[in-house]
Amino acid sequence: MTQTKNFDSIQIGDMLPTVEMPPLSRLTLALYCGASGDHNPVHVDTDFATASGLPDVIAHGMLSMAWMGRVLTQWASPLALREFGVRFAAITHVGDCITSSGKVLEKFERNGEQCVRLALTSTNQHQQVRLTGDAVISLSDMTTGLRHGK
Amino acid sequence: MIDKRWIGHCMPAFSVLVEAGRLRFFAKATGQTDPTYTQLEAAKTAGYPSLPVPPTYFFCLEFEAPDPAAIRTLLGIDYRKLLHGEQHFIYHAMAYAGDTLRFEQRIEDVYEKKGGTLNFVLRCTRVSNQHNHLIAEMHNLIVVRHTAKD
Repeated sequence: MTQTKNFDSIQIGDMLPTVEMPPLSRLTLALYCGASGDHNPVHVDTDFATASGLPDVIAHGMLSMAWMGRVLTQWASPLALREFGVRFAAITHVGDCITSSGKVLEKFERNGEQCVRLALTSTNQHQQVRLTGDAVISLSDMTTGLRHGK
Repeated sequence: MIDKRWIGHCMPAFSVLVEAGRLRFFAKATGQTDPTYTQLEAAKTAGYPSLPVPPTYFFCLEFEAPDPAAIRTLLGIDYRKLLHGEQHFIYHAMAYAGDTLRFEQRIEDVYEKKGGTLNFVLRCTRVSNQHNHLIAEMHNLIVVRHTAKD
C-alpha cells in the first residue's frame, strides 16, 4: 500500500526506499521465463548459452526493470506513473544481488499536474551499475475514472 | 545489415486477454509481495476494480502475439546476436486482469553505428483496451551485433 505524497514536502535529492533482491537463482530465471513469456533460451538453457559463447545463462534485462518498477509502485500508486524508461548498461549474472534505487531529480508541472522526475539505478553487489533509468510520477490526485481506463 | 525499407512498417495488430493467474505468476517471479498484485480483495481495498497490471508487464503481454518472433523473422535477426538496449513506457491509463488489450507495433527506426557492426531497431507499440482507450505506449530499442563474417 502506498501513501499520498505531498508535492511541497518532497525535496530534490530525496531517496526512495530501495528494493534489494537476494542472490539471483536459476529458479528465478526459470520462473521469470514462464511468467514473462520471454522464452529466449539464453536465460535458462546453459547449453544454449555456452554454444552462444557465454560462460553461463544471463538474466533478463526486463527482470531487473520489473524490480526497478517495484521501487516506483511501493512509493506511489501505479495510477500515478506517467513514464518509465531504462537503458540496459551491463549484463546481470546468476548469483548477483541487485539493488534498485531511485531519487528525486526534478519537480515540475505538466498538463496541470504536479510531477516529479526520478533518477533510477540498479547495481550489483560490487556497486557496478547494471541499469540506469528515469521515471515521471504525478503527485496530483488521480482518482478519476479515466485513469482507470474505464 | 538490416534493411532500412522496413522503417514505418506496421505489424498486424493483435489482442491479448490479461489473465489474473499470469499476473500472480509474474508477481511471484519478480518477488512482489504486495497482495494488491495477487489478491482480488486486496486490490479492491486499494481502489482497483481488479488486479492491476504492473508497469513492465505490457512488455510481457507483447510476447502473446500470434508469432512473437515475427519482427525478428521479418528483419532477419539472429536471436544470439540480439541485445535489449533500452525500454521505455508512457502510461495513459491503468489496465487490469480481465481487460483485453490490443497491441499495434510499428518499426519506428533502423540505424547503425560503429561502421555497421551494431544495428539498432526501434519498435513502438501502442496498447489500447476494450473501450478503445489508449493505455500505454512502449518504445523498445534492440541492438544486433554483426561480425565480419555476417
